[in-house]
Amino acid sequence: MPNPYHVVVCASVVPDPLQTLEPITGPSGPALKNEMMLPAILDPWASHALYEGANLVKHIAGSKLWLVSMAPKAKLQQVMMTVAQKVPLQLVAVDGPSSGFADAHQTAHALAAAIRGIAGIDLSRLLLFGGWESASRSAGVTLQLLGEELGIVDQFQGVDAITPQEDGSFEVLERVEGARHQVSLCAGPPAVLGWATGNLGEPRNDPQVGMANMRTIMPALQRATVAAISADGLQYSNVATPKQQRQTRIVKDLPAEDIARDIVQWITQE
Amino acid sequence: MATTVPKLRSETLRTLPDDNVRQILWHFADRYDLQMVVQSAREVARGPVARLVSEGSRGTHEWTSKKAQLLEAFDQSGITAVFMDPEQGGYLVGPKNLALALIAFELAWVDAGAATCSLAGCLALAPIHERGTPEQRAHYMALAAPPAPGEDRQTYRGAFCLTEPIPYVGVDTGMLSGKVSVTEWSDGKEPLLHVEKRGRFITNMGFANFVTAAVDSGDDRIKGSCMVIIEESDPGVFDRGTPTRKLVHQLSSTCDPIFNVHVPASRIVGGYTIKDGVIIPNYSHSEVIEAVFKRTRVTVALMTSAKLLSAVEPIIRYQRGRFRGSEQAKPGMLRYELGLQQRQDALHRLANLWAIGEAGAALGFAAARLYDELDPLEREKDTILAAKGIRGGKAEMKFFREVDQSALELLRLEAVPEEKRNGDVYDTLKNDRLVEFALKDTVANVLCPAAKLWNTGTGANSMREALSLMGGYGITEDCPGFLAYKWMDSQLEATYEGPEAVQRRNLSVTMTNELFLAQFRQWIAEMRRVAEHRPGTGACTLATAMQLWLWTYRHLRVTTDAYGGALYQSARQGVTFPLADALGWLLAARQQTLDLIELETAGPENPVLAEGLASTLDFFTDLCHIQAARAAGEVGRICAELVFGYNRHPAWDDEGYKGCYQSDELDSLEGLIPGIASCATDVVGANGSHPAKAGPCASCQGLEGFQRLRSKLDGCLTGAQLAKDRLAEALSKVMIPEALDYPR
Repeated sequence: MPNPYHVVVCASVVPDPLQTLEPITGPSGPALKNEMMLPAILDPWASHALYEGANLVKHIAGSKLWLVSMAPKAKLQQVMMTVAQKVPLQLVAVDGPSSGFADAHQTAHALAAAIRGIAGIDLSRLLLFGGWESASRSAGVTLQLLGEELGIVDQFQGVDAITPQEDGSFEVLERVEGARHQVSLCAGPPAVLGWATGNLGEPRNDPQVGMANMRTIMPALQRATVAAISADGLQYSNVATPKQQRQTRIVKDLPAEDIARDIVQWITQE
Repeated sequence: MATTVPKLRSETLRTLPDDNVRQILWHFADRYDLQMVVQSAREVARGPVARLVSEGSRGTHEWTSKKAQLLEAFDQSGITAVFMDPEQGGYLVGPKNLALALIAFELAWVDAGAATCSLAGCLALAPIHERGTPEQRAHYMALAAPPAPGEDRQTYRGAFCLTEPIPYVGVDTGMLSGKVSVTEWSDGKEPLLHVEKRGRFITNMGFANFVTAAVDSGDDRIKGSCMVIIEESDPGVFDRGTPTRKLVHQLSSTCDPIFNVHVPASRIVGGYTIKDGVIIPNYSHSEVIEAVFKRTRVTVALMTSAKLLSAVEPIIRYQRGRFRGSEQAKPGMLRYELGLQQRQDALHRLANLWAIGEAGAALGFAAARLYDELDPLEREKDTILAAKGIRGGKAEMKFFREVDQSALELLRLEAVPEEKRNGDVYDTLKNDRLVEFALKDTVANVLCPAAKLWNTGTGANSMREALSLMGGYGITEDCPGFLAYKWMDSQLEATYEGPEAVQRRNLSVTMTNELFLAQFRQWIAEMRRVAEHRPGTGACTLATAMQLWLWTYRHLRVTTDAYGGALYQSARQGVTFPLADALGWLLAARQQTLDLIELETAGPENPVLAEGLASTLDFFTDLCHIQAARAAGEVGRICAELVFGYNRHPAWDDEGYKGCYQSDELDSLEGLIPGIASCATDVVGANGSHPAKAGPCASCQGLEGFQRLRSKLDGCLTGAQLAKDRLAEALSKVMIPEALDYPR
């Protein structure tokens, strides 16, 4: 079997997608209306990365899993009441903003510092997992910047599968254009994997797992380092939610190409 | 009139209250184990449970394979194991009342039948948990826990089979339909018992592997009644019976089973002793179920409250979107943006509904927390009493008469300034665990039936109102939030585990305990203190209503009706039951106010809440205010009916004339006191003529105290409707999610 991995999953919290997300301009730039008060969840893209990471660790003896998360501490604690029940993990908490408008460079810098500070981590064995996009703003750049900061040159985005090989290398399935996958063989860690949806379903909540995780999660939240992310030098010219309203038309026997064309036309109108 | 509260607030409630708010309100912000339980139960409720409901699984009485998937979901999500201690396969340490209450709340948010299905398993285990022998507890609790990884067995599931009314509730309690007799008893061997039992409306019976059944002795060699454990593999008949054709809670299995089995005597819950050739169960069936029901009824109470609170979001969404899509409603128009919320009535009624839901939840969770405090105390009490050789109901009651006196003394000393009281006596009493038990047990004995009665009864009525706020949509299967099902289900919640009459009877006894009344007096003072610092809560209104209730109770204890019949007495349910109803309103509103104070105190410690805490507190303050006013109104009405209603109305006869002015007498008085004639209402002419009405107005002699309080109470309603106006404004502005989060 391959050598054990040190899997670090980077994931922040985002507002529950069912909530009304209304952009506003706050004192430090764009924000969402009542964002702090909206129920939050772990970013869905990064959640897939977490489940895949946990599955990998479970099957490769000696591997370890950390969840590194930057978010307002109290918000993160609330989200952990669900996430902690999904898979065994060790939390590394960074007390900072989780807004989609936070500077990705500064965020990556803070996360890199947190990862380097993990006791017992072997960066040469590191598989850095995260979402290839984010439900907060879909920028999807933080993970790449973080990889760069940690000096990791093997980066894969839109990953749906990782298959460890006997010689310590691993095969990666990345999404590419045209609903296809690109197969890559990576010699070994360290590597960055920005996950798409992966292949695993969301694990059920298991309070037994949660109770075990909580023994380390609560202390981790207590000692969360504060990341000072400033809005200086960052400017957003316009922030708006996509208009989703579409007038339904009922047309019989319309060819698929015409339907596709119609949808594209509607999307490009925005 | 001057008021410190603005007509409308500059900032109103921003979002619907989330988990951060609820955890503080219901006092489990420091319990991450419970927070995880909530998330786990919620996932099951809004996932598998909601899907079953939306797919139409409620359409059958039978226990189907689809419904059975719920059991698996309960096992996998940790819901089943909540009831067990860690050594039995559970994961929660300590008392589980609040945990079970939270699970019931979460499941009932979507479907109360699913909640019942989950809780009925706990109900079956509860007799064993509360009164079982150590061997019985270890065996059945472990079997009922879901298998650990690598363990090859099925989860053992139970049903609780009582059927009959419980004791001390004003009905014939000697009607246990089940009988137990000795079928074989060899020297030196354990007796073999024959159990015959027919159950009615037994939950979980469609799949139960074991049953805890109440039976009466049908044999001179067995004394009294007991509960026995019957297993499906026992020799004889274990007939699950036909599914009950109930119209509600269809996600729980309910049947009318028949048992005719042989079981070893070791299955008697709590064990037995043998004296002079007679098997004497250590606990009668009534002793067992008394311990069980006083806990499990609280969870039932919370089901109805959960449904009321769950109705708020779909109603707001319906009200706002009511006219969207119509010709007359274009984006930007009030009709489009606010829909029915343009009109005050829709908002006021929604505010009422929300307030009742909050009050019920506050009361139910307070009772659950109290039982969590009481459980270890009760075990300690049992140990102390056992060491003193005190065993059995009467001996215990006698012993506690003295403890109650000590508890009353402690309450008296607490009212005395610290520097003036005997510190040694106070400290001794304060640290006496039996005194602490007596005080808490007395309150729990009131809160439990009050929550069951008020939450479900008032809740069921309010659920009807919730439906009406959705128009015709409300009574359809398509109604978001399944409100029609929730309304119908609430009728069963008001009925099972002791219908309303049983709760009223229970409450009408426990609320008259002097130890409770002494604490009730302290609560009145407490509400005045709250009002001093938070005048907008309605706490002062509530305090006056509590005073009025207490005055009425004291009055009814010593007064007779027009025919000399005693008023407050056991058989006079026309007196005792309404007073019990009135108490429910008071207790719920009081607890709602106390929870608000908890939010005000602990809220600022949570940075997530900081942003909108002020507006959240304002909103909850106004909710408390309207609920206090509503409670005051109900209490005032009930008390007035009772105080005046049993007096004979004066008639136009010789007796009645004694209280009237004679017209010539009034004429002469007018000369001395000008204007007096205009004040006199009952004037009898020289020819016997009198005003056209039923008789002279009733005299209020001896009732001046009541009148003063009642009049004061009416005045205390000042500002309550202004609070409702503010709530209406907030409800029309609060941000809600784009869609309901179930079914998922």
